[in-house]
Amino acid sequence: MTKEPAIRVRDLVKKFGSFTANDKLTFEVHQGEIFGFLGANGAGKTTAIKILCGLTAPTSGEVYVTGCNVAIQPEKVKKNIGYMSQRFSLYDDMTVAENIWFYAGIYGMDRQQIRGRISQLLSEMGISHIRNTLIRDIPIGWKQKLAFLVAVFHDPPLVFLDEPTAGVDPLARRQFWELIYQYAARGKTVFVTTHYMDEAEYCDRVCILSEGRIAALGTPNELKKLWNARSVEDVFLRIARPNHNKN
Amino acid sequence: MQRILFIIRKEFLQIFRNRFMVPIIFVVPVVQLIILVNAATLEMKNIRISIVDNDNSSVSHGLSDHIVHSPFFKFVPQEGNNLNLALRRMEKDQTDAILVFPDRFSESIHKGQPADLQLLINAINGMKAGITSSYVAQIIRNYFASSANELNVNASVQPGKTIHQVRISPLFWYNPELNYKIFMVPAILVILVTLTGALLAGLNLVREKEMGTIEQINVTPIGKFEFLAGKLIPFLIIALAELAFGLVMGKILFRIPILGSLLLLFGVVVVYLILVQSLSLLISTVSNTQQQAMFLIFFFMLIFIMTSGIFTPVESMPVIAQKLDWLNPVFYLMRMIRMILLKGSTLKDILPYILPMTGYAATMFLIAVRAYRKTT
Repeated sequence: MTKEPAIRVRDLVKKFGSFTANDKLTFEVHQGEIFGFLGANGAGKTTAIKILCGLTAPTSGEVYVTGCNVAIQPEKVKKNIGYMSQRFSLYDDMTVAENIWFYAGIYGMDRQQIRGRISQLLSEMGISHIRNTLIRDIPIGWKQKLAFLVAVFHDPPLVFLDEPTAGVDPLARRQFWELIYQYAARGKTVFVTTHYMDEAEYCDRVCILSEGRIAALGTPNELKKLWNARSVEDVFLRIARPNHNKN
Repeated sequence: MQRILFIIRKEFLQIFRNRFMVPIIFVVPVVQLIILVNAATLEMKNIRISIVDNDNSSVSHGLSDHIVHSPFFKFVPQEGNNLNLALRRMEKDQTDAILVFPDRFSESIHKGQPADLQLLINAINGMKAGITSSYVAQIIRNYFASSANELNVNASVQPGKTIHQVRISPLFWYNPELNYKIFMVPAILVILVTLTGALLAGLNLVREKEMGTIEQINVTPIGKFEFLAGKLIPFLIIALAELAFGLVMGKILFRIPILGSLLLLFGVVVVYLILVQSLSLLISTVSNTQQQAMFLIFFFMLIFIMTSGIFTPVESMPVIAQKLDWLNPVFYLMRMIRMILLKGSTLKDILPYILPMTGYAATMFLIAVRAYRKTT
């Protein structure tokens, strides 16, 4: 039997007034892959990810996530996905454990489950000692990891990460990608946006967005071969160059 | 249902961790009660009055004595018996009213002829002027009623006719001493629970929008009903605690009567809070910043409070305004809290108000739930 893709998007269009943020996006994301969504700032990455999560309604087009139509069954989709927003979304005035309890609670997990998983995951990540520290008092690298932990705490088959490594140092970025690999290794699908091109090399497949359209889609190697480039960064620059001044 | 508990727990954690919140919750009621109740009183004391006596008789002296010794008036003595001087004083705001006895005032009285008195009142504050005029009129009436035999005349009765005196003695129910503070304390309690309940719940929701945490919540499968109920309940509980605290302070500071059932009062306030909180959640749903929400909430709150009958009876407003008051949440509670506390009204007495308010509250909550968008 053929596996239903984790995400299936056809002719997705999103307009804000006369501005077209997403222009006829069509792509599929397979189950268990790390799918990179690349693009310059303003290319429409965040808009697309919000539509896939059911946070924003598309102007037109079909979006299926984990087999459900987002427009028709948004709540069913939400049970199956995790989302880490570009804007940091943990509560500053609550501790690590309190934040996790809250989000796990509104995902409908029961207390027994939460209690066990908190200890397990925090120790796996090596941050058990900050369990009762307020979020505002911990360094940004750890905050990012915690935001990831909150996004996947209910163990969804698909997780969306919107620029998860923005603003953190290279070491913390590397560590963060290890978390992503560990998660994908368990057969989960990861949809990640970034504008760090070195991170694109870590993805199974990448999709490069430019001015709301898909400019390239394939494995990093395919793209490099196709564009005759040494790295994904080169590919990106070649795509971006004609419109260099506009960005 | 369990999800609601998780939200409530989180809100309480944040409220009590906020160093501003706890003092605000307990200091605000005391300050509001003390300042507002004393400031909002309409009771008139120490109205300054000057007397120009051109008659200089035992009648004019007697009447002046009564006015000067009344607790409502403070006599402003003046040199010379000059109306112009007295008027100048009024222009300089050194006196509020001038009572002028014309010459031959007592002569007319003794002859049983109509006698005129002139009362000049500074009416910049119309309400105060009205009260001054009625106080003076009352003193004059009482003076002539009590001294009619002594003067051997009756001010209002023609000589030669039998004197039938009709005594009118008003009895004031529920607040026999006409203590304005007893009237105002329940009103201030209404403002207190409204501020706490409505403003805090509304601002809390917009704050999540500003911080971006609302997205993380909207991406979970939580129901809109559960989410809004979870946002509403913590501030409802805090507002009820404020009400309890305010009642105790009102009892201690102003000895307000609590004639009706407290259980009934709290029940009414729960319904009221659901109503005003739903309104403010609705406002926060359409606002993007705390500033917008605050402005809108205050806009509505001011109108609601001013037309609620807080100072003046709703019955003396224009008919159209009275009809519109059935849309004013504050009107319902303003009326019911006074009925329950001051009159000892029972559930049966307040039915005409509690029933429509309950329907209104349920409707507004459902509208707020419908208007809330997890997908924008």
